[in-house]
Amino acid sequence: MSQTATAAVGTSAATGGYNFAYLDEQTKRMIRRAILKAVAVPGYQVPFGSREMPLPYGWGTGGIQVTASVIGPEDRLKVIDQGADDTTNAVSIRRFFARTAGVETTTRTAEATIIQTRHRVPEEPLKDDQILVYQVPIPEPLRWLEPRERETRKMHALQEYGGMHVRLYEDIARFGQIATSYNYPVLVNDRYLMAPSPIPKFDNPKMDRMPALQLFGAGREKRIYAVPPYTPVKSLDFEDYPFEVQTWEDCCALCGATDSYLDEVITDDKGGHMYVCSDTDYCEARRAEGHRGPQAGTSFTDDERDE
Amino acid sequence: MSLIETSSKMAPGLADAVFDSQRVFRLVLDAMARPGRSVALDLDLDPPAPLDPMTAAACLALVDFETPLWLDVQGAAADYLHFHCGCPMAARPGEAAFAVITDAAAMPELGAFSQGSDEAPETSATLLIQAQGLAEGEGLRLTGPGIENEVRIRIDGLPPGFWDRWADNHALFPRGVDALIVADGRVVGLPRTTRVED
Repeated sequence: MSQTATAAVGTSAATGGYNFAYLDEQTKRMIRRAILKAVAVPGYQVPFGSREMPLPYGWGTGGIQVTASVIGPEDRLKVIDQGADDTTNAVSIRRFFARTAGVETTTRTAEATIIQTRHRVPEEPLKDDQILVYQVPIPEPLRWLEPRERETRKMHALQEYGGMHVRLYEDIARFGQIATSYNYPVLVNDRYLMAPSPIPKFDNPKMDRMPALQLFGAGREKRIYAVPPYTPVKSLDFEDYPFEVQTWEDCCALCGATDSYLDEVITDDKGGHMYVCSDTDYCEARRAEGHRGPQAGTSFTDDERDE
Repeated sequence: MSLIETSSKMAPGLADAVFDSQRVFRLVLDAMARPGRSVALDLDLDPPAPLDPMTAAACLALVDFETPLWLDVQGAAADYLHFHCGCPMAARPGEAAFAVITDAAAMPELGAFSQGSDEAPETSATLLIQAQGLAEGEGLRLTGPGIENEVRIRIDGLPPGFWDRWADNHALFPRGVDALIVADGRVVGLPRTTRVED
């Protein structure tokens, strides 16, 4: 024990009075054990002793605890919030790790070894030496069908997922299509029903057999789960109503991309609007390569975005 | 024997509790996430025989007062892990969260260890099994999560019938033990999801 204390003091000087990556070593060990079991049982939610973090629940405390337990001094961290590197949640979490772990950060998807994300999967395909950490608000996909944890636990044990199919069927009966557009339920490795976190269903196909390791952390709900590399992740559907992703008639107004997830941006109070890539790194990389959308140059410049 | 006497004879643990633990964990995570692909790490660790440095490193990084540890040997090796991890020592294999098997040929049946339950499969044991040697690209065919198509690996020194027991373990899913095979200074992950065939 004294050895742990000595080492912790020795490393704290470099990280402003905190242990490396904020969490104490015993907490990291507990979270690391949960992550290993999560990887061994893909899609199953492993309970863990979630800690009080210096930001409120709902701001990514689960993802931060997973990242803090995984990250090392040689890692390069990217943090995105709805695809963007420059929104509040992404900026503050990136600064948190720059300060408490002294790690290098990046906005480039390809250069990152760990990517923590809130509600998007990057457009650029991930590689097998990368780890994607999702921030999860409600890890239990069955929670709105069955509020009792004891029951949902049993439903997972028995693979009793008929209720979820009924919910999707009710969508079809009411709206003529499956209206669920985000947090779209998936079946992992043909066994566990899993909430992919509130990513748009556009991103669901990227999870299927992804070469990168995917880790999920839910701080308030105290659950960690995982999808190992190359694991089948199937979005639930019906034979006559197959799973479909969103499509747009427009392209990205800045980079002209037609293959990325687009956000609608209101540009004035007269009904003016434009569609832009939600993934800022993807959009910037495309513009750097010379791709131009219909409104490129007429809105904010790159310099303004970087501030 | 007093505590001071014990510690003065005790071989040191990880040189840097923070950064070495992190490196060892990432190695183990890599092994578990990519079964059948061996990984290794440079570590200056000299645990008492018959502990392999990789086995000892994994224990030092992951085991603590919350996780009972079972070893198939008593004496210096058990004292070393007990001292550095501060963990309770399990009297029987079935009580352990982590189990160290230094003599794979004489190991207990996989069913002797905690299998977890259908509702809490994470409570099953993690086994650290020291084998005699391993060769990649030949031998058994491994498929499952973490493996793109298939990997082949030969592991020497496991007891006869081990892979039949492993098939039973795999069939228990979501219950079942997870294993880390240590041989030739390398580690191979074998989570319960891995299907092993001739």
